[in-house]
Amino acid sequence: MTTGIGARVKRREDKRFITGKGKYTDDVRTENQAYAAFVRSPVAHANVKSIDKSAALEMDGVIDVLDGHQLTGDGIGNIICGWAVTSKDGSPMNMGAWSALATQKVRYVGDAVAVVIAETQQLARLAAEAVDVEYEELPVVAFADKALKDGAPQIHEEAPGNLIYDWEIGDAAKADAGLAEAVHVTEMEITNNRLSPNPMEPRSAVATYDEAEDHYTLYTTSQNPHVARLVLSAFYNVAPEHKLRVIAPDVGGGFGAKIYIYPEEITCLWASMKTNRSVKWTADRSEAFVTDAHGRDHISTAKMGFDADGRITGFKVDTIANLGAYMSLFSSSVPTYLYATLLSGQYDIQNLHANVRAVYTNTVPVDAYRGAGRPEACYLVERMMETAARELGMKPAELRAKNFIREFPHETPVIMTYDSGDFDANLAQAEEAADVNGFPARREEAAKRGKLRGLGYSCYIEACGIAPSAAVGGLGAGVGLWESAEVRVNPVGTIEILTGSHSHGQGHETTFAQIVAERFDQPIENISIVHGDTDKVQFGMGTYGSRSGAVGMSAIVKAMDKVEAKVRKIAAHQLEASEDDIVIEGGEVKVAGTDKALGWHEIGLAAYTAHNLPPDMEPGLKESAFYDPSNFTFPAGTYICEVEVDPDTGTTEIVQFTASDDFGTIINPMIVEGQVHGGIAQGVGQAMLEQVIYDEDGQLITGSYMDYTMPRAADLPNFSVHHASTVCPGNPLGMKGCGEAGAIGSPPAVINAITDAIGNNDLAMPATPQNVWRAYQAASAKQAAE
Amino acid sequence: MYPVSYHKPASVDDAVKALSSGEEAMVLAGGQTLIATMKQHLAAPSDLVDIRGIAELSGIKISGDTLSIGAAMTHAEVAASKDVQKHIPALACLAAGIGDPAVRHMGTLGGSVANNDPAADYPAALLALGATVVTNKREIAADDFFTGLFSTDLEDGEIITRVDFDKTEAAGYAKFAQPASLYALVGVFVAKRGGDVRVAITGAGDDGVFRSEALEAALAKDFSEAAAKGAGVSADNLMSDIHGDADYRAHLIRVMAARAVAGAA
Repeated sequence: MTTGIGARVKRREDKRFITGKGKYTDDVRTENQAYAAFVRSPVAHANVKSIDKSAALEMDGVIDVLDGHQLTGDGIGNIICGWAVTSKDGSPMNMGAWSALATQKVRYVGDAVAVVIAETQQLARLAAEAVDVEYEELPVVAFADKALKDGAPQIHEEAPGNLIYDWEIGDAAKADAGLAEAVHVTEMEITNNRLSPNPMEPRSAVATYDEAEDHYTLYTTSQNPHVARLVLSAFYNVAPEHKLRVIAPDVGGGFGAKIYIYPEEITCLWASMKTNRSVKWTADRSEAFVTDAHGRDHISTAKMGFDADGRITGFKVDTIANLGAYMSLFSSSVPTYLYATLLSGQYDIQNLHANVRAVYTNTVPVDAYRGAGRPEACYLVERMMETAARELGMKPAELRAKNFIREFPHETPVIMTYDSGDFDANLAQAEEAADVNGFPARREEAAKRGKLRGLGYSCYIEACGIAPSAAVGGLGAGVGLWESAEVRVNPVGTIEILTGSHSHGQGHETTFAQIVAERFDQPIENISIVHGDTDKVQFGMGTYGSRSGAVGMSAIVKAMDKVEAKVRKIAAHQLEASEDDIVIEGGEVKVAGTDKALGWHEIGLAAYTAHNLPPDMEPGLKESAFYDPSNFTFPAGTYICEVEVDPDTGTTEIVQFTASDDFGTIINPMIVEGQVHGGIAQGVGQAMLEQVIYDEDGQLITGSYMDYTMPRAADLPNFSVHHASTVCPGNPLGMKGCGEAGAIGSPPAVINAITDAIGNNDLAMPATPQNVWRAYQAASAKQAAE
Repeated sequence: MYPVSYHKPASVDDAVKALSSGEEAMVLAGGQTLIATMKQHLAAPSDLVDIRGIAELSGIKISGDTLSIGAAMTHAEVAASKDVQKHIPALACLAAGIGDPAVRHMGTLGGSVANNDPAADYPAALLALGATVVTNKREIAADDFFTGLFSTDLEDGEIITRVDFDKTEAAGYAKFAQPASLYALVGVFVAKRGGDVRVAITGAGDDGVFRSEALEAALAKDFSEAAAKGAGVSADNLMSDIHGDADYRAHLIRVMAARAVAGAA
C-alpha cells in the first residue's frame, strides 16, 4: 500500500496553502464587520490615572471605546493559569490578577487598557492613538534575577518579592552527598535566552454575537479551539459552552503561542456583545512581539559530579524562571513539570535535585514555546556533559555512553518513567553519518584556510503527550490530557475522521488519513479529516507538546477499533460466517479463505439502510472514542553539529548538522523530516540568532525584524536526518512524537560545536558574531598568558 | 498608515511643484525606508511625490572617465549594469549586496543617498569615490553632502537627479551585515587613485558615514591587507548597540578594510 503507515504521501493540504487558497481567520468577513484596535501601555509599569476617550469617540466611524472597568463590570473573569504549582513549603503559588483590559495598573509595555471598535481597521487604529491615557509611572524591573533582589519594584501585591513559587524536585541531601563524593565537579552558569515565537500568521480573532439567538461565534488562531471554548465559558464568563462556537480554521503556525486564550480574543467576544457588531482584530507583527507569549528565559547554576570512572555521582540545579508580568495559561508548568523532570537526560543519575523559582517581571508573559521546558533542560544537561567531558579529558561521546540508561522501564529521581529507547543506537548512527572519525582531518584542513572548526554533540530526551490525566491532575494540571476522535463511515463508504487535534502546519490531513487508509484498506482520497470547529468535533484537547500522533491518532485508532468490530458483525451476518473469520483486505470485507466478500461501500450502505442487520444492532456506522494515555512518550536521539568560525569576525557557519532520532513508529517520513528540519531551524535560531532584549526601563529593544534575528535559509546547512527507532509500548501505534525534538536537541549541539572551535566553554546563546569573537579573544588571551 | 495624497509627476519641474503642494510633502523614491516608517506611524507625510516615472532620473551613462547613474535607478539595475560592472565593479558589487532581492528591485540610488541612513551602503561608496551629487539646482561634492545621521545638504524642494562617479584605479567594498536587518554593522569602501586613497565607513559611526584618516594614511603608504589590519582605528565616535559595541566595530573596520583592499579592482 502506498498511502499507509510509512509512506511518503505528499501533503494533501498543501494545494490550498501553496496556491493562496487557505482560509485563515483574517480571511473571515462577516456582514456588518467592525474592527478592534487596542490602546496599549507605552510604559512597563504604571498606575492608570485616567482614560480620556472623548477625542476618539468624536471621530466619525468610531462605534465605541471600551475599558477594563466596563469589562470587569460585566463580569468578565480574570485570565487564569491552568496549572497550580505548589511551593516546597506547601504554599500555593502566588498569582496576581490579570484582567483582559487593565483597570488599575499596567505591568508591561503592550498591556492593553482599552479597545476601540470602529468601522475600519485604519480608523480603529487612528482612534486608539487618540485615546488619552494618563499614567503614573512606577519603578520597573525587567530581569528575573533583579526581580528577586531586596527592594525590587513590587509588581503584584499577591506575590511578595515578585516570587511566584519556590519549587523543588528530587532529593537535595542525596544530590549534595553525590557531589561531595565526586572526584570532579563541573560547575556552570547557564542562561536560556528569551525568544519570541513568530508564527508566520499573526494572531487574529473574529467574534460575532447573535442577539436573536443569544449566541457567540469566535473564529480564532488557536491550537486548541475546545480548550478555548471551555476556558472562555467556565472562567471568563463570556457565554456558556452551548452558546459559544469556536472555530480555528487554517492556522499558520503555532509553536505554543496559539495555545493560550489571550486578552484580545476575550475582549473581541465581549465587545461584539457590547456593540452588537461582529468584531475583528488581527495583530500586526509589532503587536505580535508585545502580545504573543514569549518563551524560555531561564538563569541557572548547575553542578555535576563525576567519579574517577566518569560516572555521574550527583547533579544539582538551581533555576530562576522569568514568567513575565502575568501568569499565562500553562506558564507555571513549563519551568517545573516540563523542565526539571527532564534533567536526568539520557543518563542514569541516582542523585538529582533541582530548585526552581518563578518570578514576575515587567515583561510580556512567558509560556510554552516549541519544546517548552524540555529545551531548557536539554540545553543545560548537554552543555554540562560536553563541558565535563572536556574537563575530564574524555571524548564527549564516551562520557555520555558511560552514563546511558540501557534498561527500560527506567524510573528517574525526577518522577519520569522512561519506557523505551536505545541511546547507543542513536549515538552510533549519528556518529557514523557525521563521519566523526574524519573530523580531525577536516579541522586541520579548515585551519589551513584560517577557520576554526568545531564539533558538538547533544544527546537529548524529551517527553511528549503529557499523561495520564489522573497523574497530571495530581501534579496540579487543571485539565485532562486525553484526546477524542470520531470515525464516520458514510453510506457510500467514504470516511470522515473528526479529531480533537488541531493542525496548524503539522500535516494532519495527510498523516491522520494514512492510518485510516491502512486500517480499512481504502483509497486515501476517500478519507477526509475534520478538525478545528467545536460545532463539528465532539471535544478535543488540541495540539501542543507533540501530542497529536501519540494521543490524537491513538484516539482515532480506538474509534476505528469500534468501527471494525461493527463492520465484522455486519459482514458476518450478511455472509453467514463467523466474526473471527472476517478480514478487511483489498478494499473489501471478506470471509478468510473463501471468495465470499462485500465491498467496503456495501457495508456502509447496509449499515445505513438497516435492511439486513444483525438482531438488536443499531443502524449507522459511526463510532467515537476518548483516549487517555498511560504515560508520557519519550522521543530521544543524538544531534551532531559541525561548525566553522571565522576568528577575524566571530561569524559561525554550520557546515554540517546530523540528526539521529528515535520517534517510535513513523507514519510519514517526509512530514517527520520536515518537522525535524523546522525544529532544528528554530533551535539554530535560538542558539545563534534570536533573543528578546529589554532595556532597564522594560522597553522592548527587539520589537521588529530590524533587530530580532529570525533564521534565514542561508543560515542553515542541508540537514542530514536519520532515524533509529524503538517502538513506544504506551500507545497502539508505537509513536513517540516528533514536533519539538529538533528545537529541543539542536541548541546545545550548536553551542558545543562553537565552544569546541574557539576553545572556550564560556559562551552564551545567542552565539552572535560579537559574542563568539569576544569568547575567542578571551580564550586567546588566556592561552597567551599561559 | 495615515491617509496620504499620492502624486506621480512626469518631470522634475512637476515634482518640485507637487512637493510644495502639501503641508509636509515628501519624495517617494523607492519607499524601502519611508513606506515601512509610515506603516509604523513614525512618519506622516501629507503628500508623496513619486519620482520614479521621471525620465531624466533614469539611465546609466559613461562619458569620458565619468559614470553617471540616474537617481531613480534601482539597486538591482545598478548591480546588473555592464557599464557599472566595467567602470567601477565595486559599486555594482555593493548594489548587489543591499538588503534582499525585494529591496533591491524597489530601492533606488537617489532614495538611499537622500535618506542617508547611518548603516546604508551607498553613502560609503559616494564618499570614498569622491562622487558628485547632482540635483535640480546644483552639484554637491559627497564630502559636503552627508551631514550626519539621516541628514544631508539637500534643501527643501531639491531633488537628486543623478550621481556622477569618476573612474578609479582600484576600489573595493566589504560589508559585515547586522544579522537581523542585513544593513551594514560595518561597511568599508576603499578607493585608490594613484597615491590618493579614500576610505569611507558606514554602519559604525555615531554620526553616520565618515572617512577614516587612519586607514587612508596607512593605505596611502601601503595599499595592502596587512596595512589595513594594522591601522590604528579608534573606537571613539563609533556606535554601540545590541548588535555590536564600539570596540567590536573598530575591530571589524580593520577586518573589512583588509577585505575591501583584497577585493579591490
